[in-house]
Amino acid sequence: MIAEVGHYSLILALGLTICLAVIPALGVYKKRVAWMQLSNSLSVGIFVFVFIAFCCLANAFLADDFSVLYVARNSNSELPVAYKLSAIWGAHEGSFLLWILVMAGWTLAVSLFSGGLTLDMKSRVLSILGALQIGFILFLLLTSNPFDRTLPIFPAEGADLNPLLQDFGLIVHPPMLYMGYVGFAVPFAFAIATLMSGRLDSAWARWSRPWTNVAWAFLTVGITLGSWWAYYELGWGGWWFWDAVENASFMPWLIGTALIHSLATSEKRGVFKSWTVLLAIFAFSFSLLGAFLVRSGVLTSVHSFAVDPERGAFILMFLVLVVGGSLTLYAFKASGIRSEAGFDGTSRETFLLTNNLLLIVATAAVLLGTIYPLIYEAATGGDKISVGPPYFNKVFVPIVLLLFTAMAISPKTRWKSTPIPRLVNEQLLPLGLAVGSVVILNLLFASSFEWVVVGTNIIATWIFFSLAIDWWSKVANKRDKFAALFRQTPSYYGMMLGHLGIAVCLIGVAVTIYFSEEKDVRLETGQSVTLSGYEFTLVNMKQVQGPNYVADQGEVRVKQAGETVITLYPEKRLYKASGSVMTEADIDAGLFRDLFVALGEPVGDDAWAVRVHYKPFVRWIWFGGMFIALGGFVTVLDRRYRTARKRSAIPAVGATA
Amino acid sequence: MKFGKMKSHRRNRLLLIGFLVFGSGTALALALTALNENINLFYAPDQILAGEAPVGQMIRAGGMVKTGSIVRSTSDLKVRFVISDMQAAEVTVQYEGVLPDLFREGQGVVARGELNRTGVFMAEEVLAKHDEEYMPPEVIDTLADAQDKAQAL
Repeated sequence: MIAEVGHYSLILALGLTICLAVIPALGVYKKRVAWMQLSNSLSVGIFVFVFIAFCCLANAFLADDFSVLYVARNSNSELPVAYKLSAIWGAHEGSFLLWILVMAGWTLAVSLFSGGLTLDMKSRVLSILGALQIGFILFLLLTSNPFDRTLPIFPAEGADLNPLLQDFGLIVHPPMLYMGYVGFAVPFAFAIATLMSGRLDSAWARWSRPWTNVAWAFLTVGITLGSWWAYYELGWGGWWFWDAVENASFMPWLIGTALIHSLATSEKRGVFKSWTVLLAIFAFSFSLLGAFLVRSGVLTSVHSFAVDPERGAFILMFLVLVVGGSLTLYAFKASGIRSEAGFDGTSRETFLLTNNLLLIVATAAVLLGTIYPLIYEAATGGDKISVGPPYFNKVFVPIVLLLFTAMAISPKTRWKSTPIPRLVNEQLLPLGLAVGSVVILNLLFASSFEWVVVGTNIIATWIFFSLAIDWWSKVANKRDKFAALFRQTPSYYGMMLGHLGIAVCLIGVAVTIYFSEEKDVRLETGQSVTLSGYEFTLVNMKQVQGPNYVADQGEVRVKQAGETVITLYPEKRLYKASGSVMTEADIDAGLFRDLFVALGEPVGDDAWAVRVHYKPFVRWIWFGGMFIALGGFVTVLDRRYRTARKRSAIPAVGATA
Repeated sequence: MKFGKMKSHRRNRLLLIGFLVFGSGTALALALTALNENINLFYAPDQILAGEAPVGQMIRAGGMVKTGSIVRSTSDLKVRFVISDMQAAEVTVQYEGVLPDLFREGQGVVARGELNRTGVFMAEEVLAKHDEEYMPPEVIDTLADAQDKAQAL
C-alpha cells in the first residue's frame, strides 16, 4: 500500500512539475504577477511530493517489503539498517529517484534563496528547472519505476545489495555526486533564462555564480569520495581507472571548472559572457551525457547498471532535446552579446581564457577516449576495442601540466593588462623557492631522482609559494595584519583553497605513481614478503562471522627494521544471500604512506594469494580534492551575494546594484 | 603601447582564434597518435585459432572459463585456464597474479594481454565485473556468433 502511495505522489509531483514549467513562464509572457508568484508554492509542492515518494521507498526497504521488485533485488532482511537505507540508491531505479529528489531540492533552494532576482527572471529560471524535471520524472515513471510489485507471488527473502556497495563510501558518494550533476541544472537554467530575456549583463553572472560554485564543490566531493572508495573497496589499490563511468563524472567537472572561472571573469569584468553561457549549457549537457553513458549500457564499464536499450533511448532523446534546444536558442540570441571591456595579451583575462581553453581541450580528449569504442564499432561494423589508460595519461597529463603552470603564475596577473617584465620578475621568487625546496626535500627523502616527480612537485610548490606570496603582499603593508587577513574576501580564500588543493593533489598523484610498490605473492601461514623496507608476515588465517557474511580473515603483521608497525586484518568475504565473494582490504593509512594488504584467493595447501602495496602520499590526492571542494563552498560566504539578497527585501533599491 | 578599445578587441579575437587553432590542432594530433597506440582490439577464441589475431601485440580475448581447466602452480601465483566460445574453439590463457573476485569456472571473462608464438594467451590483466549477473558484451557476442556458426554447419 505504502509503495503505491509513493508511486501516486510521484505522479502528483509530475502534475505540479508540468504546472511549474508552464504557468510562471506564461506569467512572464502575459505579465501576470500572480502567475509568476505561483512558482514558489509549486517548487515547495514538488519537493514535498517527491520527498514523500522517496520516504515510501525508504519504508519499503526498512520494512523488508520484498513484494516491491526493486527492494527484492537490492536488499535482504539481514542487511544492516544503514545499508538498507543506502540500498535505495544502490541500483538504477532508486538512484534515479534520488536524482529527482536532488533536482527537487535544488529547485526549492532556488525559489527560497533567490531574493536578489527580479520576479520575471526567477519565474523563467524555475520554469526551466520544472521543464527539465518533467523529463526526469517521466523517465522514472515510464521506464524505471522503483515501486513495481511482483505480486501475487513474491520472494520471502531479498537478493541482497551488491556487497561492493555495502560500505560507508557508497552511502555518501552518490548523493554528493548527484548534488553536483543535478546542481549544474541551475546555472543551465540561469543561462537559458537570460538568453530568453535577452538581458545578459554582469548581474546574471553574479546570480549564477554561488549556485555554480556549490554544485561544482559537491561534484568535487563526489568524485573524491568515488576515488577513495575505489581505492579501498574495489580491493586493488588503484585510485583512478579512466573507466567510462569515472570519465562520465569527470567531464562535467572539467567543464564546471572552466565555467566557475569564466563566470568569475564575466562578473568582475563583463567579458566572455556569451562563452560563459555556452559553458553553462555544456556543463549540464555533460551531466546528462554522463547519465546516458552510465544508464544505457552502451559502454563497458566496471560500474554499468543493467543494460536496457529503452532507457538509453529515452535519455538520448532527452539529451538531444536539451542540447539541441539550448544551442538553437544560443545561436539566435548570443550574437547580441557584447563585451564591456577590452584586455591585453598578458592580462588576467588572457590567463583565464587559457584556463578555459586547456580545460575544454582536456575534456575533449577524455570524451574522445571514452566514446571512441562506440565510434570504432560503428565505423568498422562491429569490431570491439577498448581504450587503455595509457591513452588518457599521455593526452591528459601534458594538458594539465600546462594548465597548472599557468595557474602558478596567475595570482600575480592583473586585470586588463600586466607588464611583461613585471610578470616575469614576480615569478622569480616563488619559482626559486619551489625549485630550491623540492630539490632539497628530494635529496633528503626520496629514494631515487625521478624527473617527472621533481618537475611536477616544482609546479605544485610553485603554485603554493605564488599563493603564499600573494597572500602576504595583501597584508604586509597593513598596520593591523590580523584584521587585514579577515578583510580578504571569501572569494579570494576560496580561490586559494582550491588552487592549494590542486597543488596537494598534484604532489599526491606524482609521488604515488612513481614511488608506489606492489607485489602479488603466494603466502603460506608463517611466510613473509618484504616491500619497501616493510616485512609483511601472514601470521594466521581464521574464519569470522559478519552480520550477513562469513569471512576468511588473515592476520598480517607488518614490521619495519624489526619493530612491529601494525597488524592488519584483510578479509575475503562470502555474502550469504547472494553467494558473492568480496575482497575487503586492510589499510594502515598515514599522511605520508599507506600500507595496503588484500587477500586474493586460496591457492592450495593452506596458502593464499596476497597483494601488498606501499603507497606513499596517496592520501594527498583526496586531501587535495577536499581542499578544492572546501574552496568552492567558501566562496558562497562572500558578502556580495548576501547583500544582493538583503537589498531585494527593500523594493525601492535596485536589485542589480 | 596603448591599444584602442576596438583594436584591442579585434586583436584579442585574433589571439583567441590563433589559440584555438593551435591548441585544438596539437591536441587532436596528440590524441589521435595516442589513441592509435592504445586501442586494444578484441578477438574471440575462434578468431585466435584461425590465426586472425596478431602475435606479440596487446589485444583482448574473451570467453567462458572452461570447467575443470584452471591449473595453479604450487610455488607461485601462475595460473592457467581455458576460455571457450562454448562450441569448438578454445584458447589457453596464462596469468600471474591475483584473479578478480568474480573469476570462476563457467564465468564470462575478458583478458588483456599478448598472444605468444605457441598460441597461449599471456594475460596481463583479467577482467571480471562487479556484478555477477553482468556479462561482458564482447563475450555475449562471441557466444552468439559461435552458436550461429555451429548451427550453420
